[in-house]
Amino acid sequence: MISDFPPAAILILGALLVPFFKGNARNWYVILLPAAAFYLISQLQVGSSWQVHFFGFDLTFLRVDKLSKVFGYIFTLNAVAAFVYAFYLKDSTQHMAALFYIGSALGVVFAGDLVSLYFFWEVMAVASTFLILGRKTKKAQAAGMRYILVHIFGGLCLLAGMVIYITQTGSIAFNAITDRNLGTYLILIGILVNAAAPPLHAWLPDAYPEATVTGGVILSAYTTKTAVYTLVRGFPGWEVLIVVGCMMTLYGIIYALLENDMRRILAYSIINQVGFMVTGVGIGTMMSLNGTVAHAFCHIIYKALLWMSAGSVLYMVGKSKCTDLGGLYKTMPLTLIFGAIGALSISSFPATSGFTSKSLIIDGAIHEHLVWVWLVLEIASAGVFLHAGIKFPYFVFFAKDKGLRPGETNKPMLIAMAFLSFMCIFLGLYPQPLYNVLPYEVHYQAYTFNHVVAQLQLLMLSALVFFLFLKLLKRTETISIDTDWFYRKGGRLFYYIMDKALNGINRLSDRIIVGGLAGALGRLSRHGSQILTLGAMLPLWSAGGARGKELQGKIERTRAALRTGASPVGISAALATVFLIIVYLLL
Amino acid sequence: MKQKKEFDWFDRPESIKKLWIMLYAICGLLVVPDFFTHRHAHFGFDGLLGFYALLGFVSCAVLILFSKLVALVLKAKEDYYDK
Repeated sequence: MISDFPPAAILILGALLVPFFKGNARNWYVILLPAAAFYLISQLQVGSSWQVHFFGFDLTFLRVDKLSKVFGYIFTLNAVAAFVYAFYLKDSTQHMAALFYIGSALGVVFAGDLVSLYFFWEVMAVASTFLILGRKTKKAQAAGMRYILVHIFGGLCLLAGMVIYITQTGSIAFNAITDRNLGTYLILIGILVNAAAPPLHAWLPDAYPEATVTGGVILSAYTTKTAVYTLVRGFPGWEVLIVVGCMMTLYGIIYALLENDMRRILAYSIINQVGFMVTGVGIGTMMSLNGTVAHAFCHIIYKALLWMSAGSVLYMVGKSKCTDLGGLYKTMPLTLIFGAIGALSISSFPATSGFTSKSLIIDGAIHEHLVWVWLVLEIASAGVFLHAGIKFPYFVFFAKDKGLRPGETNKPMLIAMAFLSFMCIFLGLYPQPLYNVLPYEVHYQAYTFNHVVAQLQLLMLSALVFFLFLKLLKRTETISIDTDWFYRKGGRLFYYIMDKALNGINRLSDRIIVGGLAGALGRLSRHGSQILTLGAMLPLWSAGGARGKELQGKIERTRAALRTGASPVGISAALATVFLIIVYLLL
Repeated sequence: MKQKKEFDWFDRPESIKKLWIMLYAICGLLVVPDFFTHRHAHFGFDGLLGFYALLGFVSCAVLILFSKLVALVLKAKEDYYDK
């Protein structure tokens, strides 16, 4: 039956045909593929599956339940918007990489077992690298290289964990994991690398801002959100995730406040937002898991929207540093409005999608009486408005006019942004369609008078602080050192230390062994036998009464005999006896 | 030939002054409902008058100051990794 077909296959097989299309036909074709996948997902019946027998495993390429479907919906919906946005692009490599990447993200979400999940996980890592390399700058190449290396490390953790887990349980099925041992913790670490949890997060703010204009839009959605999906599926209620998540929310804010590059600000705010979702998984109640899924759904939309508006600016102006930007409201008003809607949504402003989704997670913490968790999430919510809600639009579109007059960006980009802006407000005012597709039933009303007032108080006072502290927030032409230091500078430091240490040892041993010891050994082997022999024989000869010339003659003869290896048997035998006696006495 | 005048409302000092007044007014007005409605407190202290306003103000101020503090250690020149 057609409706039992894995949606990943549409994008992955479809990607192979991209080179056969030219011009606008190609752009329409790549928009059509995720649209078709979206339709297919809407037709999938909960409970259906699609299995393949492979090397003694029953691989489940399709597992349909509410959780996999909701992620499928948003992945394909966002892909449609992203490809509309990328209509200007004439690079089939990027289109193919994007399709492989999004397709394998769908593969992860619909995978029913660990083996196929791992397969798609790795395809994602490789395909996404091409969206970074596609920028074709030296910086992008280096960042892409670091990106793939970190993901190979994460993939290896995941693989090692899976091997241990599968050996222990004897099953490759992927469901909620309850055992806590080395295997499951390794799986968790592998997933947290992709979720960009500090200290394993630095690949994200390192690489995403170096990606192409559309690459950044596409990357922002899938890697971290497949990790969130995998956590919801496999690790609900793991308390350690509450700690990890809370730390992520604050970590992202602090770094985003320090950052100068607009797309790097947005990259750090991904870490902050995924922190909310990871916390929701850690709380692990139906309400908080619903909140995590809803927030992932809305986050993908407004985050893509923010990356799109930043991408439009980069596309038109060719600059992405706040210190180079400013005053763009005059010539890019539509990009500003769409970007601002994204900024308000990420800040959970009432009437936007962030308000109806994040509140579920925060309420989940309240229901479990987790006072500290709740407090951190509220503080982080205020901080989001600071760094992403105001800082990004303010420094890019307002602040100091830098004399840039680029004009509005192209129509397809504006259409894509308008569509996502509509989604942000629609889901903010009327979240029921989203609530209906969440994994568990939702009994929640975001819009109570008190809740709206409380949220507005929190946000507007944050805004006040931003403008009161504006002098402190003035952008400088600097970067912030993050944990990638350890493999960027640290790598070089390691090289330096190894160079000094190992090559030092090398030089030292050269001097001692080659220069000194070898010569000494050579001399020893040449003269050693003479010294030993004469040392043993001289006392004997002296005792035998040899003196003067006679003794001199004996010495000369012995030397000559030893040099030519022609010593008389008697002397050799006597020497061997003396040697044996010495050895005997010594031992 | 006279060019069309550019929209620069946000650059004018008098507009910025208006925006400041608006911002203060909104912040002030948002605390007013707290006098009349009783917010159901989940943890006790969150029911206090203007709690969320205070939380927003204090947490953002602390976040900014803290980020300035860590910046002393973490900020580096742009070519830091190229050297």
